[in-house]
Amino acid sequence: MIPAAIVFLYLAIVVYIGVFAFRKARGKEEVEDYFLASRSLGPFVFLMSLFGTNMTAFAILGSSGHAFNNGIVTYGLMASSSGLVIPLTIFLIGTRVWALGKRFGFITPVQLFRDRWECSHIGTVIFAVQAALLLPYVIIGMIGGGTTLSVISGGRVPFWLGAAVVALAVMSYVFFGGMRGTAWVNTFQTILFLLFGTVAVVVIGWGMGGFRAASEGLLASPLASLLTRERISPYYFFSYTFIPLSAIAFPHITIFCLTARRMAQFKKTVIFYPVCIMAIWLPCVFLGVMANRAQDVPRIEEKIEARRTLAQQGKAMPPEQRDELRAKMDADDVLLILLDRYAPLWLAGLLGAGVMAAVMASDSQILAISTMFTEDVFAHYGGRERFGEAAQVHLGRAFVVLLTIPAYFIALNAPESIFALAIQYAFSGFAALSPLLVAALFWRGSTRWGALASTLWVAIAVVAVAVFQAAVPAPAPGPPVVAWRLFGLEALARTPGGTAVFGFLPVVPMVLVSALLMVVVSALTPRPGAATLARYFPDRTR
Amino acid sequence: MRRALLVLAVAALYVLHQDVWFWRSARPLVFGFVPVGLFYHACFSVAASLVMWLLVSHAWPAHLEEEAERGRRGGRGTE
Repeated sequence: MIPAAIVFLYLAIVVYIGVFAFRKARGKEEVEDYFLASRSLGPFVFLMSLFGTNMTAFAILGSSGHAFNNGIVTYGLMASSSGLVIPLTIFLIGTRVWALGKRFGFITPVQLFRDRWECSHIGTVIFAVQAALLLPYVIIGMIGGGTTLSVISGGRVPFWLGAAVVALAVMSYVFFGGMRGTAWVNTFQTILFLLFGTVAVVVIGWGMGGFRAASEGLLASPLASLLTRERISPYYFFSYTFIPLSAIAFPHITIFCLTARRMAQFKKTVIFYPVCIMAIWLPCVFLGVMANRAQDVPRIEEKIEARRTLAQQGKAMPPEQRDELRAKMDADDVLLILLDRYAPLWLAGLLGAGVMAAVMASDSQILAISTMFTEDVFAHYGGRERFGEAAQVHLGRAFVVLLTIPAYFIALNAPESIFALAIQYAFSGFAALSPLLVAALFWRGSTRWGALASTLWVAIAVVAVAVFQAAVPAPAPGPPVVAWRLFGLEALARTPGGTAVFGFLPVVPMVLVSALLMVVVSALTPRPGAATLARYFPDRTR
Repeated sequence: MRRALLVLAVAALYVLHQDVWFWRSARPLVFGFVPVGLFYHACFSVAASLVMWLLVSHAWPAHLEEEAERGRRGGRGTE
């Protein structure tokens, strides 16, 4: 119970940080203060908090779990591609969003879209799609929290209670502290989980008797392919470079770009982002792979056995039995099991707090949805004029509670693994929404109808993928189930891990068609007025 | 010219990410335990950081901050 006690202490600290931020802001019932920390964050908090906001349960638990079953390819799939694409989008898009926010007072991306494209209800449609896609992210955080507390306490804290405790802690500091509290907590959490990776590698490596022996042992075993990328096709690998486009399109990241005091604060974030990602992901992926050598741990042996059975006998099994085996080989808890096995009790608690720091990154998403609702719906449709600014802040706080409670109950019943849930819905959907930001900022010919077409396409595509995967059961490892052939090519297929469109992940056609719709529909519909274009493109408007 | 070189550097980095050359090989194990494919991508992360430093040093959009300082203007449009 010692590790769980340390984690509870950690939770108390983050709640206190939120309350401290509330005290600092006492008397200021201002919208910009609660939702944007008065656009006043300094360079260190901005870097640590923006990075921490992007590192969710998926970064630590999902990455090591994915690496356990798929090998070192996990790092190239998500970490190194994110290290290139995310800082690039912050450099190109984040800085421009910050400047426009400063000039025109925007608090949410939908406000920017409404002003840029002279629209109202289309902005509401974009809000609805963004909020619906963001909800899974919130749920992931709760599932991660529940899993972590349950494993760290050796099962004494059940999953439902662990998730409830995490939900309550997050809700408390977001409720009291708003953006300032969330940013401070994120900074504290990022420092913790940056330390976590290094310490975890040293402790687990020591416990396993050194990594040289573990690597050589793995190479000499039937699991040697985990140290290469041969389990994944190059098309699939390429597809993943589209996923990090989602980062800047996530409303909580776009909103966070508005909190910087000066634009120069983006510089350190852009430069250090790739190495920060490396500091987190490299140890998690490596440890996830090396966990395959810890076969003296019964829970790990069970996962390996389930994977072996699925690979050898999966084709002859009914879909339900395959799903059962997939649930058994789900490895989101593998890092925690390693800590439980190899770290001393007190250190397992500290490292567990580090993991908890990552899984609690859903705070920014909760705050973002609250910000979007109060700004894009309540204030936009006259609520602020009628009830005042203080009422809007109160509503924002109430919305934090109203959002957290249903998200918790969904988390209790969510069947998918953290990794799959995140990738299949939220990430792909937001990546396909990124053309909206690019068009709004860089293309004067873009129109509100182009934006609507792209947004509706994203909503339809996400639902279509979910329906397809529900209708066609995942096959056993091996060739996919082809649902549609076109000119002899596998146009649509159900793979063991999801869906493939011409061999690529669905995110590729989703992004490309979204961009195409933006271009074609905008070309066919009237542009915003000359006055609006003059404000956004002063040098190029005649 | 400088801008073209920076675009080229970013494009080259994107191409280098698709490293099919280490696809099926685990050896050599760098430092005796890191598979070469993983080590390559760790180096890629460091290279990405260096390219970002070049972008920030040579292509920073400083004019945006000046424009922002002009203060808040404009209103919301309607459909």
